[in-house]
Amino acid sequence: MRHVDEGGRVEAEATPRQHEAGPALVLERVAAAYGRHVAMRDVSLRLERGEFLGVIGPNGAGKTTLLTVLNGLGRIVAGRAEVLGIPVTPGSVRGLRRRIGYVAQLQEFDPLLPMTVAESVLTGCYGRLGLLRRVPASERERAGEFMRLVGLSGLEHRPLGHLSGGERQRAAIARALLQRPEMLLLDEPTASLDWQAQRGILELIRTVHERFGLTSLIVTHDLNTLPDVCSRIACMKEGRLVRLDTPRAVADPELLSELYGTRIRVVEEDGRMHLFY
Amino acid sequence: MDWGFLGYGFMQKAYLAGLLGGASCAVTGVLVVTMRITAIGTCMAHAAFAGALLGILLGVDWLPLAFGFSIAAAGLIGPLSDRADFAPETVVGIVFSAMLGLAFLFLGLMSGARTSALNLFWGSILTVERTDLVLMGVVCGLLLVGLTLFFKEVRAVLCHRSVALAVGVPATAVYYVMLVCTGLTVTASLRSIGGLLIYSLVINPAAAAYQLSYDLKRIFILAALFGVASCWTGLTLSYWLDVPSGAVIVLVSTLIFVLATIGSPKKRSLSRRERLEINYSGRIEEPGQAAGQKRGTHV
Repeated sequence: MRHVDEGGRVEAEATPRQHEAGPALVLERVAAAYGRHVAMRDVSLRLERGEFLGVIGPNGAGKTTLLTVLNGLGRIVAGRAEVLGIPVTPGSVRGLRRRIGYVAQLQEFDPLLPMTVAESVLTGCYGRLGLLRRVPASERERAGEFMRLVGLSGLEHRPLGHLSGGERQRAAIARALLQRPEMLLLDEPTASLDWQAQRGILELIRTVHERFGLTSLIVTHDLNTLPDVCSRIACMKEGRLVRLDTPRAVADPELLSELYGTRIRVVEEDGRMHLFY
Repeated sequence: MDWGFLGYGFMQKAYLAGLLGGASCAVTGVLVVTMRITAIGTCMAHAAFAGALLGILLGVDWLPLAFGFSIAAAGLIGPLSDRADFAPETVVGIVFSAMLGLAFLFLGLMSGARTSALNLFWGSILTVERTDLVLMGVVCGLLLVGLTLFFKEVRAVLCHRSVALAVGVPATAVYYVMLVCTGLTVTASLRSIGGLLIYSLVINPAAAAYQLSYDLKRIFILAALFGVASCWTGLTLSYWLDVPSGAVIVLVSTLIFVLATIGSPKKRSLSRRERLEINYSGRIEEPGQAAGQKRGTHV
C-alpha cells in the first residue's frame, strides 16, 4: 500500500516492474495510417522495461502516431508490434489499454461539462474495474492520494472545464496513475503551457516515472521540454525513425538542424543542454 | 378550479404517458445535449416516422418498422461519425435528410386520407392507448436500469470519450448503445407525443437541467423532473384553456429552459460586493502611484 504524506509525497513502495520478463515494447517495421494517409512507416524499435524514451521531431513526423500504435488507438497497417509482451491486435488492445496510462495533448473541455476533477481522475480505474462494478472506496482514496501527488489538492470538486492548462495535464497524469499502469505514454504534455507550468509538469513526470517504476515514452517537438530522466531519444521525420541514441549524442547541432530543417544551436549550462534556434 | 378531469380515463392515460414519455425523453436528452449532438433527436424522430409510414403504406403493423428505421439510423450515425472524415453533426444532417426524403416519398405514395400518418407527425397524448403505455413503460424502464447499471461508463463516455477509450472502457460500444437508446425512446413516444413535438421534449428539459448543475446524476434527475413537469403542466393548462396539449407542453418546457438559464449558477457573474473587493485588493497601480506606495503614502 502506498502512503502519501501531508505534502502529497508518496513515501513508500514504488513498485518497479523492471524485473518482469521481456522487453516493454518491440516494433518490427511497423507502419500506421489514417485512412489513406500513411503517418508512420518502417519503424523498428525495442524498449526495455523501466526505460524512458523521448520522441522528438518536427510537426507531422509521426510522433503521436507512434504512441497511439502502442495502445491500439492508431491503426497498424504493416509490421508487428508487441507491447508488455502482448502482440497489438484488435482483440488485445482493450486489455493493453488498461495497463498503459495515456496523457493526450492538452484537451479543451466545455466549461459547463458536468464532471469534476475527482470524477475525471476516477475514470482511470474504470477500465480495470470493468462493467457492472461500482468504484470502491479504496479507489477513491487512491484517487485522492494521486491528486495530492500531482498538486491538485483542494480542486477535487472543481468542474473539469474550469481548470487551467497545467492543471488539466496534472489531472490527466493522476488519471493515468490510477490505472496502475506499467507504461506511461505522454503526448506533448507541456505544449501550450507557460514556463512555470512546463517545469512543474516535467518534474512531476520524472517523479512518477521513478517512483512507480514505469516504462515511459514522451513525445515533444520542443527539445527543451524533454525530462532529464530520458535514457534514449528517438528522432522522427516524415513518419520514419531516423535516429535512436542517447540524449547527449542526439544533442548534435548538425543532426538537429537537419531534423527540424532550421539552424539549431546547442548550449550546455549547469550540465544541461539548452537548444536555441 | 375544477380538477374533475383527473377522473377521466383518457386523462389518466395522458398523465401516465407524460410521466413515462417526459422522463425517458428528458433522460435521453441529457445524453445528446452533453455530447452536443442535439439534432439527433429530430433525426431519430424522422427515421421512426419514415419507418412508420412505410408500415402504413404496406398495410402492416408500423411499430416494428418504426423501431427498425430508428435503430438503423443510430447504427449509421455511430460508425459514420467515427470516421475521421465526417463530423458527427454532418452525419446526423445527412441521415436526417435521407429519412425526411423517405418519409415524404412514402407519404406521397399513399392513396386516400393520410390521417393515421399525420397523427404520428403531430401526436396525440389524449388518445394514447394501453399498448403505447406498456411500450413507453418498457423503454423507460430499460433506459433507467441501463443508466443505473452502467452510470460510470456513461459518464466517462459522455464527458470525455477519448479518455474513456484510452483507459480500456468499451467506449465505442457504450456510445452506439446510447444512440440506439435515443432511437428507441423517440420511437416509443412517437404516437403519443408526435414526431414534431418530441424534439423539444428531448432537448428542453435536458438543456434546462444542464444549466443548473455540474453533477451528472443531478442533471439526469432534474431533466426527468422537468420533462414530467412539462407534460403534466402542459396537459393541465391545455384542459383548462381548451387549447392543443402538444403545443402547451412544448411552450412549458421552453419556459422551464428560459427560467433555468436566467437562474443558472453556471452563468452567474460576480456580485457588486465581490467586484468591489477585487477592486480594493487588486488595484492596478498608476505609474506615479508605485513610487508613492514605496514611501508609504498610498492608501
